[in-house]
Amino acid sequence: MHIVVCIKQVPDSAQIRIHPVTNTIMRQGVPAIINPFDLFSLEEALRLKDRVGARVTVLTMGPPMAETSLRKALSLGADDAVLLTDRKFAGSDTLATSYALTSAIRKLAEEEPVDIVFCGKQTVDGDTAQVGPGIATRLGFEQLTYITKIEDLDTASNEIVVQRRSEGGVQVLKTKLPCMITMLEGTNTIRFGKMDDLFRAARYELKTWSRDFTGAEEGRVGLKGSPTVVSKVFVPKPRAEKAKMIQADTDTPDAQAAAAIDAIFGAQPKLADDLLARAAAGL
Amino acid sequence: MSEPSKPQGRKFQLPEHLKVYQNVWVIVEQERGIVHSVSLELLGEARKLADKLGVEVGAVVLGAESPDLNRICGDAIGYGADIVYKVTDPALADYRTDPYCRVMTEVVNTHKPEIVLLGATTLGRDLAGAIATTLATGLTADCTELDIYADNRSLAATRPTFGGTLLCTIQTLAYRPQMATVRPRVMAMPDRDDARTGRVVEIRPVLREEDIVTKVLNFIADREQNEAQLAFADIIVSAGKGLGKVENMKLVFDLARVLGAEVGVTRPLVQAGWATNDRQVGQTGKTVRPKLYIAAGISGAIQHRVGMEKSDLILAINTDPNATIFDFAHLGLVGDALKILPALTDAFGRRLSVNRMAG
Repeated sequence: MHIVVCIKQVPDSAQIRIHPVTNTIMRQGVPAIINPFDLFSLEEALRLKDRVGARVTVLTMGPPMAETSLRKALSLGADDAVLLTDRKFAGSDTLATSYALTSAIRKLAEEEPVDIVFCGKQTVDGDTAQVGPGIATRLGFEQLTYITKIEDLDTASNEIVVQRRSEGGVQVLKTKLPCMITMLEGTNTIRFGKMDDLFRAARYELKTWSRDFTGAEEGRVGLKGSPTVVSKVFVPKPRAEKAKMIQADTDTPDAQAAAAIDAIFGAQPKLADDLLARAAAGL
Repeated sequence: MSEPSKPQGRKFQLPEHLKVYQNVWVIVEQERGIVHSVSLELLGEARKLADKLGVEVGAVVLGAESPDLNRICGDAIGYGADIVYKVTDPALADYRTDPYCRVMTEVVNTHKPEIVLLGATTLGRDLAGAIATTLATGLTADCTELDIYADNRSLAATRPTFGGTLLCTIQTLAYRPQMATVRPRVMAMPDRDDARTGRVVEIRPVLREEDIVTKVLNFIADREQNEAQLAFADIIVSAGKGLGKVENMKLVFDLARVLGAEVGVTRPLVQAGWATNDRQVGQTGKTVRPKLYIAAGISGAIQHRVGMEKSDLILAINTDPNATIFDFAHLGLVGDALKILPALTDAFGRRLSVNRMAG
């Protein structure tokens, strides 16, 4: 079994700052991490490897510095790592990104057919959740997003049973490999790497692939291959006015609570009526 | 997504053959006869866009033939659709990516809408990502604002990026349809107009169950009492790190009980294991729009703000008078949430029970 896990190196969004004058993102000094959502998918891939035996290849598209994230994934237990990097990829939107990654997955499949592609549910920088479905659609793989549990994987019949989060509940789906899976957050916890893997990751010779090497067409990647155009980037407008501060007669919690309730009902008389009506109805 | 840069060798003009694409569509999300509220919110938004463009609103309703489905088609018209494309087949009874994607691709290619909107739900995001690929067009996720640029009639889709620290406006200029997803509760719910009329176009795709690899074995519905229903709550009492320790979550639940409210939390509390992620409000959690949002011990980080700032009334309680949350809350109370929460619970309880006796 061959499992490919697509990951993305992202700036730690909790530490991003905006330049006050130019309104651009200040990347300097912001630590790069593996997209947190990808770790749930990586862990699930490694669990499948433990369960049924598999070769796990991690794949990322990004600048050369994304090597750090690949080595991290190797240290956690991935077998192989591919860095898809080319200046021609710069500016790719989700359609172009899924195209580029698919071309690399096809290349990997030439060595050994790919049974499962894992992607993160979404990234924390782009937040689109579109690249996984894009890859599944291009490869003609069954698409399994928001998976909470892999119940069963039968390598003889190639059947897989999963639980998928949907709006009103959980779908239990049975399908066949090959498939593309995105895991829901919180469904597992990423393992600590073993010492052996840590050493292996440090020594591992990364596969660095260019656009040319994967056979991706130039016109379908980068800005040229991206239908979406970013026409404006701006800082959210702060609300014009600040909060009206509630002043109580005394500093006791009771007085503050009473003043707060008066302020709430004063601002929203209808809310007071609703609450009183509910209370009167004994709800 | 890319940062803005000087475009080179890109097409910005709509090719002639794509100019026949017209009308604004909403793919109406229904599962087991229940329409997701976001679809109705989107019909209201589609109505505004279509009126600016001088075109019609189309609603696509997919499913197995049933009285529920007919009712939903009627609802779609009541909420703003001029045309309902009712796509029926037994294979469409439950949502599965493959048949839904195949059918939607064909319906779009046949009827050629210029804009296609979906809810940013598990279904909407799954389907949108697939059909934007088969249609090879632009898709913008999680939009918070939609508008039409008058000069070229294109959709301007604005969304938060980099965890909400920035907003960007994205357009699909040289491809059609222009696609976007919008999270529930971001757009206002329109009023239903029973006097509205529209036409229903029946579409019966050719689907064979044996060609569909994925089978739905079971559906385990969320039991309402276990799963927090934040997105639909009128009142939410939310807690942040200022609560200090997990035992103090009780104070938030006590107040919520008196108010018939739901309990929300910030992301660090979910990460600390104080609450399950169905209660998380914010960028990677739920977007809420209640009538009253009480934020206790929440500093007001942008990741939380983007999920709740559209609440009708926000009361913030924080010991720090300089906390960011006071910049966008409507009402502020400087004080110790651990003392004020129980006082609020008592005071609300008294006011509501006094009225109950009097009434």
